[in-house]
Amino acid sequence: MAASSRRNPPPLPGAENQDPLSEMADEDSDEGEDIFVGNSNPVAEAFQPDTANGEEPADLFSEAETSTAANSYITNSKSNGVHSDNENDLFAEVSVELSMENPSTTAKSSGAEFTPSLTLSATQPESMEQLEEEKDEDSFDMEVAVTNPEKIGDGMNAYMAYKVSTRTTLPMFRNRTFSVWRRFSDFLGLYEKLSVKHSLNGCIIPPPPEKSVVGMTKVKVGKDDSSSADFVERRRAALERYLQRVVCHPSLLQDPDVREFLERDELPRAVGTHTLSGAGFLKMINRASDAVSKMTIKISDSDAWFDNKLQEVESEELQLRKLHAVVDSLVNHRKELCGNTAVFAKSMAMLGNSEDNTALSRALSQLAEVEDKMETLHQEQAASDFFILAELLADYIRLLGAVRGCFEQRMKTWQRWQEAQSTLQKKREVEAKLLWANKPDKLQQAKEEITEWEGKVTQYERDFDRISVTVRKEFLRFEKEKSNDFKSQIVKYLESLLQSQQRHVKFWEAFLPEAKAIA
Amino acid sequence: MTSTIDDSDKEKALSVSVDLNNDTSLLIDIPDALCERDKVKFTVHTKTTLSSFQKPDFSVPRQHEDFIWLHDALVETEDYAGLIIPPAPPKPDFESPREKMHKLGEGEATMTKEEYTKMKQELEAEYLAVFKKTVQVHEVFLQRLSSHPILSKDRNFQIFLEYDQDLSVRRKNAKETFGSFFKNMVKSADEVIISGIKEVDDFFEQEKTFLLDYSSKIKDSTARAEKMTRSHKNVADDYIHISSTLNSLSVDDNTALKKCKYKSVFLEGRVASDQELKLTELLRYYMRDIQAAKDLLYRRARTLADYENSNKALDKARLKSKAVAAAEEQQQQCLQRFNKLSESGKRELTSFKGRRVVAFRKNLIEMAELEIKHAKVGQTGDSLLIDILLSQLKVYLWMYFKAYL
Repeated sequence: MAASSRRNPPPLPGAENQDPLSEMADEDSDEGEDIFVGNSNPVAEAFQPDTANGEEPADLFSEAETSTAANSYITNSKSNGVHSDNENDLFAEVSVELSMENPSTTAKSSGAEFTPSLTLSATQPESMEQLEEEKDEDSFDMEVAVTNPEKIGDGMNAYMAYKVSTRTTLPMFRNRTFSVWRRFSDFLGLYEKLSVKHSLNGCIIPPPPEKSVVGMTKVKVGKDDSSSADFVERRRAALERYLQRVVCHPSLLQDPDVREFLERDELPRAVGTHTLSGAGFLKMINRASDAVSKMTIKISDSDAWFDNKLQEVESEELQLRKLHAVVDSLVNHRKELCGNTAVFAKSMAMLGNSEDNTALSRALSQLAEVEDKMETLHQEQAASDFFILAELLADYIRLLGAVRGCFEQRMKTWQRWQEAQSTLQKKREVEAKLLWANKPDKLQQAKEEITEWEGKVTQYERDFDRISVTVRKEFLRFEKEKSNDFKSQIVKYLESLLQSQQRHVKFWEAFLPEAKAIA
Repeated sequence: MTSTIDDSDKEKALSVSVDLNNDTSLLIDIPDALCERDKVKFTVHTKTTLSSFQKPDFSVPRQHEDFIWLHDALVETEDYAGLIIPPAPPKPDFESPREKMHKLGEGEATMTKEEYTKMKQELEAEYLAVFKKTVQVHEVFLQRLSSHPILSKDRNFQIFLEYDQDLSVRRKNAKETFGSFFKNMVKSADEVIISGIKEVDDFFEQEKTFLLDYSSKIKDSTARAEKMTRSHKNVADDYIHISSTLNSLSVDDNTALKKCKYKSVFLEGRVASDQELKLTELLRYYMRDIQAAKDLLYRRARTLADYENSNKALDKARLKSKAVAAAEEQQQQCLQRFNKLSESGKRELTSFKGRRVVAFRKNLIEMAELEIKHAKVGQTGDSLLIDILLSQLKVYLWMYFKAYL
């Protein structure tokens, strides 16, 4: 395929020259953007040889806009002179193939393809087969679930324990399926450990769900109502998503702490996760000082990629927050609608009772029942609104925060390098002054210091390069995961909408003959 | 802003009452209406074969206050005491959309152009819906008058239809308004007393109980229905916000997603406004109608009270043997009035019942059919979008594979 043959193979991690990486990354991100910006015809767009024909994308877009049916995208790409029929058939094959696949698998196995062993093949069918083979090899490595929340203990010392079950084919684990009991502070402890180890490398570490003193106190006190049940369910789902993200991350999965978390029967109680502990306060202070230093650092980066991405991330976070607020209001309004419908149904029933025409009376009672059913529908819809949309948005707002943290780490590394450089410069100046003043003993010391600092400068520079590569890689992986996540959640949401509409139709169709029977 | 109503809209809008223009000798409609700030000017168009009118086909401009004048004139006419006078159309209320429009204007700076345009469109649609509703309600009032055998011949009604000058000279001045307010108060006091009177006729006894009960229930239902449709509108508005915020997200938006949200919005908004039109309007209309029926009952009950009083007066007179003849005549008159009212009242109430049942039936059927239609449209729309999204998801994943080859 024209496009792929022009692409460079993915660079080895820690490659010295960043140019091919950036070029490829740019192509990649451009593609990502092109696919998503207002185009319902992603296939045709994908086949687009990227920068060469600037005119083409515009035409494709205009063509694409007019197609609404799912099947027409194949015909559209046919009409574009660049592609051959061969490619369309290939695509059709692949889409069938992929339909049997779980999105999370493909995300994971693509991560595994960051290996230098991949060779570029000239003919498409071969590369496709190779691709499928590798997919099959590591298809379904890892599955984690968080279930069965149970209240352990009583009173203020009570806590919820969750069952963490893992099913895996990876060799590094002792068994294929196993489960352990964990509590919320264990999850937080895991996050702390991973942060300490990996954030300096520039990894994006998925943040856990937030602590909630109010929610937990209600549960502890033993209030057995729907709000505390809701809270526990929310937390369980959030913990599950958190763990899934952790195991999807190729380097985090290798971490022994993660393995311990999943496997070990008894985990030492994680200290320093309690809000009012000393460690908690220390964390808050650190965060405050970080915030201050953040404002003063500004990298004069030769690579604009990072700047652009950071800006994108920040604006996206803003949008997501706005969206989250609106979805929240949607959930509330729907709950209100629920309540109002229930009340209306009751009053309709009473009206039906006092109606003296029997047929009309029956019809009105039926109407009351239909409205009652509508209320149930609305309630379920509200739940799905919340669990599917609102939580997704909240998760990603937190994740974007983590991404920003990642970029900040890189900035800190850069700053350290710059500071080392300036220290080195100062030492050199001192040396020059000593030379001129001719003090041989101090000169020796100065020379030693210079060598020491030169070493540091080189090391920090290497650190900086390394973290830049990692951040870039992580960011791309994150983007991919995010799009998949969003898409699959939206599909879930649409499906729930669809279902509710089907039931909507059923209810009203049942009512119609009653209305017609009024005489 | 000028709005005109075309026939198809009217057809749909004429949802509450049924078959009012049966008698072709007097056909009334409101083909045109103008909305200027607070005032709505209706063009009342009459087509008649009756000789009592000067021309066979004519139109006059009328304001809402003119309708109220006509209604009050009919209510005050002694001869019509035994009839159910169709309830007066409510004042056109553009408060809600106007308030929203105002808020929208204030918040214009904070939202994107697209969102603003969309919200504006929704508001304009709401405005139009209120407008259509008020025209319909006024039209129905006139049509009920024209289809009533007795009321259609009323002199004031004729003046209303024909008089091509401004009617304001005949309308209430401030003193009269105050007077009617006072009268209303007296009437409410009367109602309390009169509902305690023992009824002589079974039919009326039943009707009274039924109407009292029904009217309170229907008031309750109307209020709840209004609340429900308002919540529904809120949900629809939220969907608008969501779709416009999705638009501004640059990374994972795509036209299918946007379409999905638009469709949901549209659907929710449309369902809300259709429910509003059908069910709530039905309830509201019958709430007022039932009040009119109750008024008839009260008038009749008052004549019964008068009759009883005159009986007592006659007895007293007989006792004192003073002015017996006058008391007797008074008593006869009261009895006559009472009987006349009872007779026509019975007729009216029976036909009212029939009308109500038919109207409810028509409305409920239409409402159910609309709900089904909309849900089905939403279904196909959603399933189509799910298909698009799923296939896009697959394509997208595949693309990322290719990228790393």
